[in-house]
Amino acid sequence: MKVARAHPLWLAYILHRVSGIALALFLPLHFWVLSLALTDAARLDSFLTLTEMPLVKLAEFGLVFLLAVHLFGGLRLLAMEWLPWTAPQKTWAAAAVAGSLFVSGTFFLQAI
Amino acid sequence: MLDMRLYMAQRLSALVMAPFVIVHIGVMIYAIQGGLTAAEILGRTQGSLFWFLFYGIFVVAVSIHAAIGLRVILFEWAGLKGVALSVISWGIGLVLFAMGANAVWAVTA
Amino acid sequence: MHVAEHGSVMNVTVQRGSADTPTRTETFDVPAYDNQTVLDVVSWIQQNADPTLTYRFACRVGMCGSCAMMVNGVPRWTCRTHVSKVLDGNKINIAPLRNLPVIKDLAADMDPFFDKWVAAEGKHHPTRTREEEIAPVDPQAEERQAASAGIECINCSICYSACDTVTGNPDYLGPAALQRAWTLYNDAKDADRDAILDAVSGKGGCHNCHSMGSCTAYCPNELDPLSAIAGLKRATTRRFFGRRG
Repeated sequence: MKVARAHPLWLAYILHRVSGIALALFLPLHFWVLSLALTDAARLDSFLTLTEMPLVKLAEFGLVFLLAVHLFGGLRLLAMEWLPWTAPQKTWAAAAVAGSLFVSGTFFLQAI
Repeated sequence: MLDMRLYMAQRLSALVMAPFVIVHIGVMIYAIQGGLTAAEILGRTQGSLFWFLFYGIFVVAVSIHAAIGLRVILFEWAGLKGVALSVISWGIGLVLFAMGANAVWAVTA
Repeated sequence: MHVAEHGSVMNVTVQRGSADTPTRTETFDVPAYDNQTVLDVVSWIQQNADPTLTYRFACRVGMCGSCAMMVNGVPRWTCRTHVSKVLDGNKINIAPLRNLPVIKDLAADMDPFFDKWVAAEGKHHPTRTREEEIAPVDPQAEERQAASAGIECINCSICYSACDTVTGNPDYLGPAALQRAWTLYNDAKDADRDAILDAVSGKGGCHNCHSMGSCTAYCPNELDPLSAIAGLKRATTRRFFGRRG
């Protein structure tokens, strides 16, 4: 029997869980490629040239997105569980963090 | 499933990783400017105690965090329990740690 | 508001079966009226189509919490759910509450739900004997307000049926029992806070909650078990770091 679940907090929960699984599956590959630096530097370079391919670039975007989603979803959970704030205070705090990251991130992208 | 001890390990490893992840994303944005090469990565990290500690602590925390997270999912969604669940979650944590430590050593030693 | 045409008929699918027989669904054509609750629909089937249909209700006005069922996949008090609110085309799907064993047809076995209420230390630990004066309670105190926010629970098990964490983890105490523990934890007249925190820190305790919030989203009394459970996580964490329990 189908169960109605489409409310914002449930979607946040499933996004956190799915992004966590995807990141955990990616990690062994990530570690293995980096360890090539020790054993086979030429092969590492050939892997790194793959990152120029549009499809790989898109996958990288996906991974960074998953990491960011899991980070902010996790910070939201920690704030919800550990900070004895009211709901509006938490909303404002989250908005402030997101806003300052946006501003500093834009600055960072301009600076480099 | 998640008792107090596992919950604290999960949340504290998350808390440790939060600043690391922000720096990691920042370094990624910085490092991919003009393409990635092994020489560029190694030039930044090799022989650096700072990056050794940074990625070292990161790997320890992520191994704990991912092992506990996957343990919960394997229990809730795959019905694994008892000894099998414990063995598999310890295995996930140890394999991630071993591979991660190997990678950190490869790029910072 | 949708008003049914006179003489129109609804297509109602009902889950049948008991612990001993495999569950199946049966479909009934039920006359539609302008004012009709889902409980009226179930009663119409039992009185006019199949007298063997088993279901549970008592007060019919949203006070007793005994008529909760899954209606189109959502746990609801059937007595307070108007048909026009849930009608999907001209169809309704009715099933027993999720996450509980079925006694028969639409009657779920509430035993696990109430057992967990007790397991979460949902009982009063007195500070005084009956020989002493009644302790005054300040209704404005912060802790009292936290307790008062959760005491209107009528044990209908809607939150318990809405929760996917209960589905995946049969040991999990669930939102209602944990919210009860939180109200007692904040009760100035409760003498054993440590016992409460111990009870909610075990294998099925509050730390299993993933904050998906279906409990709060579906509670018909508009209570907030999600925040109550977060309160327990905060209290147990504080105690973990050696601060006042």
